[in-house]
Amino acid sequence: MRSARPISLCHASQEFTDMMSRNTAPTAHEHDAQQALIEVRSLHVTFGRQRVLRDINLHVPRGQTLAIIGESGCGKTVLMKTIIALVRPTRGTVLFDGSDMFALRERELSQQRTRFGFVFQGAALFDSMTVFQNVAFPLKEHTRKSLEEITSMVHARIREVGLPLSVLEKKPAELSGGMRKRVGLARALILEPEVMLYDEPTTGLDPIMSDVINELILRTRRRHPVTSILVTHDMRTAHKVADRIVMLYPLSRLSADESQILFDGTVDEIDHADDPRVTQFVRGEARERLMEIGEAV
Amino acid sequence: MAESPARRGALRRPGLLNQLLWVSERSMASEVTPSPTGDELIAPRAIRPIAEWLADLGAVVIGWITSLGNISLFTLRTLSWMFARLPRRDTLLPAFYQIGVLSLPVVALTGTFIGMVLAVQSYSQFRMLHLETRLGAVINMSLVRELGPVLAATMLAGRVGSAMAAELGTMRVTEQIDALASMGANPIFYLVVPRFLGCLLLIPALTIMADFMGIVGGWFYCIVILNIDAHHYWEHSQAFVGSFDLFSGVFKSFFFGAAISLISCHRGFHCDPGAEGVGRAATGAFVYSFVTILAIDLMLGILLDSIYYTLWPEAGRLI
Repeated sequence: MRSARPISLCHASQEFTDMMSRNTAPTAHEHDAQQALIEVRSLHVTFGRQRVLRDINLHVPRGQTLAIIGESGCGKTVLMKTIIALVRPTRGTVLFDGSDMFALRERELSQQRTRFGFVFQGAALFDSMTVFQNVAFPLKEHTRKSLEEITSMVHARIREVGLPLSVLEKKPAELSGGMRKRVGLARALILEPEVMLYDEPTTGLDPIMSDVINELILRTRRRHPVTSILVTHDMRTAHKVADRIVMLYPLSRLSADESQILFDGTVDEIDHADDPRVTQFVRGEARERLMEIGEAV
Repeated sequence: MAESPARRGALRRPGLLNQLLWVSERSMASEVTPSPTGDELIAPRAIRPIAEWLADLGAVVIGWITSLGNISLFTLRTLSWMFARLPRRDTLLPAFYQIGVLSLPVVALTGTFIGMVLAVQSYSQFRMLHLETRLGAVINMSLVRELGPVLAATMLAGRVGSAMAAELGTMRVTEQIDALASMGANPIFYLVVPRFLGCLLLIPALTIMADFMGIVGGWFYCIVILNIDAHHYWEHSQAFVGSFDLFSGVFKSFFFGAAISLISCHRGFHCDPGAEGVGRAATGAFVYSFVTILAIDLMLGILLDSIYYTLWPEAGRLI
């Protein structure tokens, strides 16, 4: 079993505030002044006998772009799905705009979810529908707009993500991975959400298409005043789009008293982090991990 | 911080069984033989088969109870959404088309064959007793009460149930169900309710089709091929097959349809990751649906029989 290590950078909100005071991003005073749009409180998630998240605390202020980084299997996606109440926590809760996401009734939760836009890792477009039907789906589900209005909104979003209108009649299976991601982005944006959640938006894409997606994320932030949470293990993406980075670590590699959040700070800070586990991830070094045998318990 | 090798070994072995074995090993080692001699290993070995058997049995029972509770909650949620509001036309009609229209030819075809097979199998025995004309009663009664509904349900489970489980399983694996929920649409309302309504409302039509085509098949083989007297064939059919028999077959089919859709959708919703998970969901949907169809058939058969003899007590005396 791994012995407890000192954590160089902290996870608690107070410590995060201290960190912020040393940087160009919001100062401690400004941070306090900003009300957290999303607040994750003592979150624990366990699947069967496998613990995935342990005592996670996070405050995401309105307008911030937060990147959650970490190696595969550390619980990044689970954390993001818990924020939108797709995964129910074993303990703890998530407050969105002051309301507890897990205390809501089904209809209220549906209503709250329309304030989020979720871009899934594999885009998660509905196979049985065309691109148009996919992008128009949230509008048909939640608004009473006419077909003309829906069509013009869908066209606008498709153009916004840089796709030709000729894709509208295609099925998702006929599109490339990058195009599917863009359609997923257009669908997530169609209701003009307050929060955008991106699950590994550049995974599986070529470097050019990855940068296209990064640019689209930045453009989205410029056009719409959104708060964004981005799950990624692509440091280029994190550097390019994030205001703040949080790094999670797999519980199987941590001792009982260590925080699962290894790092919480700005983009500049992560490059100068002291924790070797953080630098190993940032620099992408294999080190002792070449042999995984006997590591995981 | 460091764990004992015994504890580590126990943790690596999965399941309840190993917890139990670990506890039994530890307790036996510490309580029965305090001295660290070679004898301390005998007690755990002696208890191991019983502990294994008990733990396996416990795991199976717990698994069954969990699954039963899970599917009961799934059914309740489906029913509550069904009464909350009507699904949109564009989700309802494709489900109805897939379940009803596309299943009709295969149900009709199998119905015809089963009618003819019944005639083939019964003819020689009935001929020996010179009761060939009674074949009409036997074939039509079997079809209307049992084979029509069970056959239609089996075909529906095979053709539609597996497809539903595979489709919903793929949607689960590719996060499409999560995507639905993230957009504020309830996956049960959007995906399960239309399929449930399709199976529930269209299986009686499929059952009547299977009954009708079976009767046609039986008639064709008996009258056209075997030249049995048509007048008496139909007279006996009319005398023995009553409207309650037809009702009981159709009545049972509602339960079959509901079971098929709920089991198949549940398997799809709780699909394990990967292609293997989807495959298992599709197979499981058919197997569990089929077993449930037969179990419901038995229970409803007993119930309907007792209702029949309560309503018409003289029917038993006549025979």
